[in-house]
Amino acid sequence: MWRVGMVVALHDETATARTITLEVSDWPGHVAGQHVDVRLTASDGYSAVRSYSIASAPNSERLVELTVERLPDGEVSPYLTQEIAVSDQLELRGPIGGWFVWRTQQTEPIQLVAGGSGIVPVMAMIRSRALARSTAPFRLLYSVREPGAVLYREEFQALSDQDHSLCLTYAYTRVAPKDWPRPAGRIDAALIANTTWPSKLVPTCYVCGPTSFVESASRLLIASGNDPETIRTERFGPTGERQ
Amino acid sequence: MSSDIDDYLDGNAAAGELSNIFAMDVTAAVGQCAHCGAIKRFAEAHLYMQAPGFVARCSVCQHVLLRLVNARQRAFLDLRGLTCLILDTSQLSEAGHFSISP
Repeated sequence: MWRVGMVVALHDETATARTITLEVSDWPGHVAGQHVDVRLTASDGYSAVRSYSIASAPNSERLVELTVERLPDGEVSPYLTQEIAVSDQLELRGPIGGWFVWRTQQTEPIQLVAGGSGIVPVMAMIRSRALARSTAPFRLLYSVREPGAVLYREEFQALSDQDHSLCLTYAYTRVAPKDWPRPAGRIDAALIANTTWPSKLVPTCYVCGPTSFVESASRLLIASGNDPETIRTERFGPTGERQ
Repeated sequence: MSSDIDDYLDGNAAAGELSNIFAMDVTAAVGQCAHCGAIKRFAEAHLYMQAPGFVARCSVCQHVLLRLVNARQRAFLDLRGLTCLILDTSQLSEAGHFSISP
């Protein structure tokens, strides 16, 4: 079933990522971690469907935020990040998915591992936790290309300043800030050992990002003692834009 | 298959298309592979979309669990690789839709 969402706000997060706030009058509510399918239809009838994670926490205002990363060769993302305007309408299907979700009733330690735009559904979980005043202990390991590509940086800072049970580690893969304790590079066993929950606490792990990132991060979590049954993954494919 | 690790997504990514067919969210359901007997969430299957439709494969033995092709106003669904699918009916609301509790 396709719904219609009206764009009510646009916000550029980085040079290539934009958050689109949609008002969906018949939105049934969602759970943090779910996604929507967006359908664009050209005047000749050609249509393209892409999946985007919901960035916003569940709310009663029937507002849905999507953060979209522009891909140079993308068919849909250039339109969503450059051309769309406030009061435009988009076709949506969702909310979708009942597995890669965090519910506010969950009280166990949560380990979030995000690569690039894989941060989006993870952000919905962090926002949902804050909104529900949950005290579930959260740790986030956020792998990102360079400082300029970090999404939601100020909000993360504010949230972790006021709540010490939310702990955030950035891992820069190509360019790290000056004086950063760890040189730029992919996440590895040492980083997993030093920054994620010890496996004996039996955290539920959520891993989201490009397929190769999810593969290696899941492998490292399992190697450090986490039971594969406790790891939930969401792969975005090779490029980060789901087909 | 292992040389193409970037070529697949999770079963999660099929949720939108499957919602056209099933009243409940199939990706959170538990299914058994007809080939190796592994019992997993459908969301954990490997999903290949470089085809006219999509193919979900068992994450343990890589055998086909499900295929779906949409063509000429028809959906062709092949479930031969799943011997059983266990759905959590507590998630069905009175209206018969997947219920969302924030």
